[in-house]
Amino acid sequence: MPKRTDLKHILVIGSGPIVIGQACEFDYSGTQACRVLRSEGIRVSLVNSNPATIMTDPEFADATYVEPITPEFVELVIAKERPDAVLPTLGGQTALNTAVALHEAGVLDKYGVELIGADIDAIRRGEDRQLFKEIVAKAGVRLGVEDPSGLVPRSRVCHSMDEVRETAAELGLPVVIRPSFTMGGLGSGMAHTDADLERIAGAGLAASPVHEVLIEESVLGWKEYELELMRDRHDNVVVVCSIENIDPMGVHTGDSVTVAPAMTLTDREYQRLRDLGIAVLREVGVDTGGCNIQFAVNPADGRIVVIEMNPRVSRSSALASKATGFPIAKIAAKLAIGYTLDEIPNDITLKTPAAFEPTLDYVVVKIPRFAFEKFPGADPELTTTMKSVGEAMSLGRNFTEALNKAMRSMETKEAGFWTVADPAVAAGPGVDPAGVAKESALAALRTPHDGRLYTVERALRLGASIAEVSAASGGIDPWFLDQIAALVELRAEIVAAPVLDAELLRRAKRAGLSDRQLAALRPELAAEDGVRTLRHRLGIRPVYKTVDTCAAEFEATTPYHYSSYDAETEVVGSARPKVLILGSGPNRIGQGIEFDYSCVHAVQALRSAPLGSAEASGSGAGGVGSGFETVMVNCNPETVSTDYDTADRLYFEPLTFEDVLEVWHAEDSSGRAAGGPGVVGVIVQLGGQTPLGLAQRLKDAGVPVVGTSPESIHLAEERGAFGSLLTRAGLRAPAHGTATSYEEAKEIADEIGYPVLVRPSYVLGGRGMEIVYDDVTLRDYIGRATDISPDHPVLVDRFLDDAIEIDVDALCDADGEVYLGGIMEHIEEAGIHSGDSSCALPPITLASSHVAQVRRYTEAIARGVGVRGLLNVQYALKDDALYVLEANPRASRTVPFVSKATAVPLAKAAARIALGATIAELRAEGLLPATGDGGSLPPDAPIAVKEAVLPFKRFRTPAGKGVDSLLGPEMKSTGEVMGIDTAFGPAFAKSQSAAYGSLPTEGKIFVSVANRDKRGMIFPVKRLADLGFEIVATSGTAEVLRRHGIACEQAPKHYEAGSDDDAVSLILSGRVALVINTPQGSGASARSDGYEIRSAAVTADIPCITTVPGAAAAVMGIEARIRGDMQVRPLQDLHATLRAPR
Amino acid sequence: MKRRHAILVLEDGRTFHGEAYGSVGETFGEAVFNTGMTGYQETLTDPSYHRQVVVQTAPHIGNTGVNAEDDESRRIWVAGYVVRDPARLSSNWRATGGLEDRLATEGVVGISGVDTRALTRHLRERGAMRVGISSVDDDPRALLARVRQSPQMLGADLSAEVTTTAPYVVAAEGEHRFTVAALDLGIKRNVPRRLAARGVTTHVLPANSTIEELLATGADAVFFSPGPGDPATADGPVALAREVLRREVPLFGICFGSQILGRALGFGTYKLGYGHRGINQPVLDRVTGKVEVTSHNHGFAVQLPGVQPGAVVPDQVIETEFGGVQVSHLCLNDNVVEGLRARDVPAFTVQYHPEAAAGPHDADYLFDRFAELIEGRTHSEGRTNA
Repeated sequence: MPKRTDLKHILVIGSGPIVIGQACEFDYSGTQACRVLRSEGIRVSLVNSNPATIMTDPEFADATYVEPITPEFVELVIAKERPDAVLPTLGGQTALNTAVALHEAGVLDKYGVELIGADIDAIRRGEDRQLFKEIVAKAGVRLGVEDPSGLVPRSRVCHSMDEVRETAAELGLPVVIRPSFTMGGLGSGMAHTDADLERIAGAGLAASPVHEVLIEESVLGWKEYELELMRDRHDNVVVVCSIENIDPMGVHTGDSVTVAPAMTLTDREYQRLRDLGIAVLREVGVDTGGCNIQFAVNPADGRIVVIEMNPRVSRSSALASKATGFPIAKIAAKLAIGYTLDEIPNDITLKTPAAFEPTLDYVVVKIPRFAFEKFPGADPELTTTMKSVGEAMSLGRNFTEALNKAMRSMETKEAGFWTVADPAVAAGPGVDPAGVAKESALAALRTPHDGRLYTVERALRLGASIAEVSAASGGIDPWFLDQIAALVELRAEIVAAPVLDAELLRRAKRAGLSDRQLAALRPELAAEDGVRTLRHRLGIRPVYKTVDTCAAEFEATTPYHYSSYDAETEVVGSARPKVLILGSGPNRIGQGIEFDYSCVHAVQALRSAPLGSAEASGSGAGGVGSGFETVMVNCNPETVSTDYDTADRLYFEPLTFEDVLEVWHAEDSSGRAAGGPGVVGVIVQLGGQTPLGLAQRLKDAGVPVVGTSPESIHLAEERGAFGSLLTRAGLRAPAHGTATSYEEAKEIADEIGYPVLVRPSYVLGGRGMEIVYDDVTLRDYIGRATDISPDHPVLVDRFLDDAIEIDVDALCDADGEVYLGGIMEHIEEAGIHSGDSSCALPPITLASSHVAQVRRYTEAIARGVGVRGLLNVQYALKDDALYVLEANPRASRTVPFVSKATAVPLAKAAARIALGATIAELRAEGLLPATGDGGSLPPDAPIAVKEAVLPFKRFRTPAGKGVDSLLGPEMKSTGEVMGIDTAFGPAFAKSQSAAYGSLPTEGKIFVSVANRDKRGMIFPVKRLADLGFEIVATSGTAEVLRRHGIACEQAPKHYEAGSDDDAVSLILSGRVALVINTPQGSGASARSDGYEIRSAAVTADIPCITTVPGAAAAVMGIEARIRGDMQVRPLQDLHATLRAPR
Repeated sequence: MKRRHAILVLEDGRTFHGEAYGSVGETFGEAVFNTGMTGYQETLTDPSYHRQVVVQTAPHIGNTGVNAEDDESRRIWVAGYVVRDPARLSSNWRATGGLEDRLATEGVVGISGVDTRALTRHLRERGAMRVGISSVDDDPRALLARVRQSPQMLGADLSAEVTTTAPYVVAAEGEHRFTVAALDLGIKRNVPRRLAARGVTTHVLPANSTIEELLATGADAVFFSPGPGDPATADGPVALAREVLRREVPLFGICFGSQILGRALGFGTYKLGYGHRGINQPVLDRVTGKVEVTSHNHGFAVQLPGVQPGAVVPDQVIETEFGGVQVSHLCLNDNVVEGLRARDVPAFTVQYHPEAAAGPHDADYLFDRFAELIEGRTHSEGRTNA
């Protein structure tokens, strides 16, 4: 059944900004889809508001709309493009919900657009809890299951709290609460008490767009499984992958440590899951494409219940694709246009079809990455609401190898078992401390938490039995626990052995232990380096196996590798000059998709780079093949960089020094053995702080690190050296100092004056950064900065109040020529982390003299540091004077935004420069514009606004209250969007629509501002009143507004029991459309002021503005919305204008 | 715990080192790999693996232990077992014991800690070959000599070694509808079970049974079971199949049974390079155009006149002594003939395992087809008689 010929133009809907529960896996799937559809000769239009995605690169679609994914804007795109069909199953819940809304609004009918890959009824059947239960029961009947109603947990759908209470009384606590139509399990939770029930179900009803929650029987502690399935229009179904959660039911699958394939099922049980999965898929009527089904299995008697299904490509599908080599999204796109599974070849074997089920001869482990340290008040207990911000995956030839690799991929303080000391346990006199420690570990296991496997290991090591640990952890399968127990036994052997001989070392490596872990157990070996030296002397190195979908039954053509300590390597030598690109590891706040974007661009640029004499210097093999052979190293399964199609070779490996060094060795030695130059360069500056942190050690080990040298990186990072550089160049910077103790810090603060900005050195995302206003807070901060040491001093800077912050991305080549990529003006004042503040490009209020000064400063820094590639500089402009805040000689988070806004691929240029190209050559080649740069954009250039997306909604304090949404110098956002239009107002309005839902055009606005902001707030609020909004204010603010002739109601600031018209009640009851609240006071006291108001806004999911400039921008956006003249325009069009010769 | 050293030597001399697993000793057989990620207990007890040393590509084996229900025959048949990471602990609510204990009890010599992927790649490139495993002799050269003296699979007649000695009956579940006489060439327990679920009472008979003995059961139909060995040696069962065809008694065959029908129709058989052994093989049903994911375990296949192995099999009727025959099923990976259907006599077979165990149930409908075929026959006979 071949491809449909009636589909000539398809609109693909992306997933928008990275948020918890919906991350870059949808860039991966969307990119694959666009590629497939275009290669089939279909015109592709795309809408996605996230500029940091590869899919929104103009070459991936015919018309790319970086516009909000709301029914309003997608309709504009449909009206303009008139596609034949919409494909909504590759853009997560966002795309699916938008498609449903477009259908319900009659838009699809109006324009005669077909929905492909899904149908509305199937979506409803999959997502409506009650319908789904009926579906499962029907599927059970079809299979002849004895008690079909037992295939789902007993439950009831409730629309009111009364119904909720009644149902809970019937089922008995605990019960699970799941709101309908929310993504990533948002708003769901487990109620153990009546109070839990009131709180979670209340919030769940509010979070559900249809005010509906499901209350269901608890299957807490059951084993949890997922199947990834695909179906074609001929009703052929295959199971791509089975996934088993180590954390039993009760922890969201996104927050669980998971394993593929399932490890603890007999064939009988697995086939029952498979039969059920397929029957449910058919009954739901998923048209074509991928779907994911979750099951719980009672470990005591094997009873299976079906938990839920997603009738679309999901986060788990991305994981399954990377785990098996079966490209689910790509195949889903082909199925959507009419192909059947047997007509699509398996990419990896080429000879066999996609109509089969991958089989694995390795084990895959995924571990989630959390960011609780960013949200100090948030409850770190893991529940059925997803809280992790990223994940790492690893592959090994056995479970412990994969587990240990995944653990060291997390880049947390712990780098695998035994790398940090056990937590201290206080034991009273006469009490056995080991016994107390064991009991405390077992007690800690009762609450699911980040790093629970560390606690498991500790408990086992301290003598707990597998049965005890299984019981304490609420049901972790004994098989997994025994695997960890085997590591504990191995540890004892290693510790006790007189010498670490080859046999024992080999066994340790086969179990997946890192050199660093071994060094921790054998102090005499002079740390990790000593272990490595010994290991290499004994000839113990990893081999590299291939992910081939078929357990070696057929030959694989795709070099997708993972390391293992096994007998035979499968790396094929190649004589082409190779470049290793180090990725950025698991997504976390401060290091996410933006860095993956830059890495992918490096691959694209280097694969096709003309191998000129300069770039291939030392290669001796110029002209072999075209371009460099690109080798990607990364461990993040969500990304485009870990698609085996992206680079020439993919190593799915942790980004630790040991693992990277071994990949380099394997590639370099196999390349040289094949008569080529081996690895001619390793790129460390595009993957964020992770690879950058490895630069010096890699260089010292003889690895050819290209681009900005590690010494130059150090020069920019080390405050003293960088300060001297600025002084020599005559560049202004806030007074600053470096402290390794409170006394030193206080001395500096006394000298430069409060407020000061304090932060640890060598961090990303403003981790641990705070503004400090007095000695007491300073002492407290130093006390909390546990890493403080001569190696990790604290930086103390004078903080510039009320300054305009400016961000610059620039390129610099070996000749010292500088290309300004873009100058971004922040909308919020300095003091809010650049990753969290919105910004505009080109700058909207800077004078040309300021721009000239920025250019001069940037050039001086780039040359002074010795940058070969990208440089990001942050400035503050205060009282017409420019200050250098910091410089980072690497790709920044804003590179994709700048590249999209200016039509210049900065990361591609940076990769080329790293390998020896000059800016002049790149201009001649056309990669960079022939003349001008991002600092000299034409006057008619569009205005692009970047807005950050914050995850406050996801978190609750242990008491169940919302967390504070106040912004500060520590970054908290998970992602970003871009709004682009001809003027700032509409561009800002689009950015808000894309990030948070649209700014209101009518209704009530609640205003409560700090004294210092009262003056600045008058104009924006007056304008809002003139636009017809009703204003409600707290007493002080109301007084000022009334004196300026602005009519307003007054509301008490603090929640008053029984009151209905205090601020919090007004907000929670949905009577307010927008909140403007700036905190009173400074430092820690600011945090408490207005907290209730802001957290109420978070709970009610309405926009909350916390700065004066933010309010002014919102007013401009609201005006644009009221005018209603916003248009959509494809990026290709904008870029053609921007790159047109002038 | 440190295990005893063991070696594995292939007949071409390639040697792997590992540790003793299961029984300590020495064993020989044909090295084949199985790519299933589940179902080791079913695999081990499948008589078709008689005289074969099975390499499991899935690294962790034994995780769910062994239980009373999942055996496919009365004993473990594999000649040797090669795994990478055996489980130390069994975890499953049905488990009654550990796999390694069971292997030891039944005297199955195995080896663990082997780079099973390297071994699999070797077998893929060089084809299935003889192998020896020893945990009593550390000398690969000596073992190699013994490997080269061990019997070949090509030309092996093994039915007599695996078949039941005495007939037995598996009763229908619920109401009895039909009686089937099953020739046991190495039958798996799930075949009579799948038939019983459709109201079929199965009489399982020894491999050397005569046509009279088969029909004396009152059989409405005959079933030719899967089993080990080279189908080219199975002259007895082939002759029996021809008797069944001649009498137009409904016939269904699986795996070895399919090769028997192929030969009875006058086709040849040949040895595949490294066979199909796994539970993820895509098979196209040419009648419906649908793809099923199926369980396979075969080292030989039917060769059609004028069609080279691996070449596309034309979708046309082939004339035989028993009338027209169609290739009903094909393996999508390599075009191997996976099913035959006679048009003029009531007979069809598949090369793969609709009874699964281990494996997916996609092809379970074939037992319905068999029941329908029998039903059609008995009804039309009934009309004739009336």
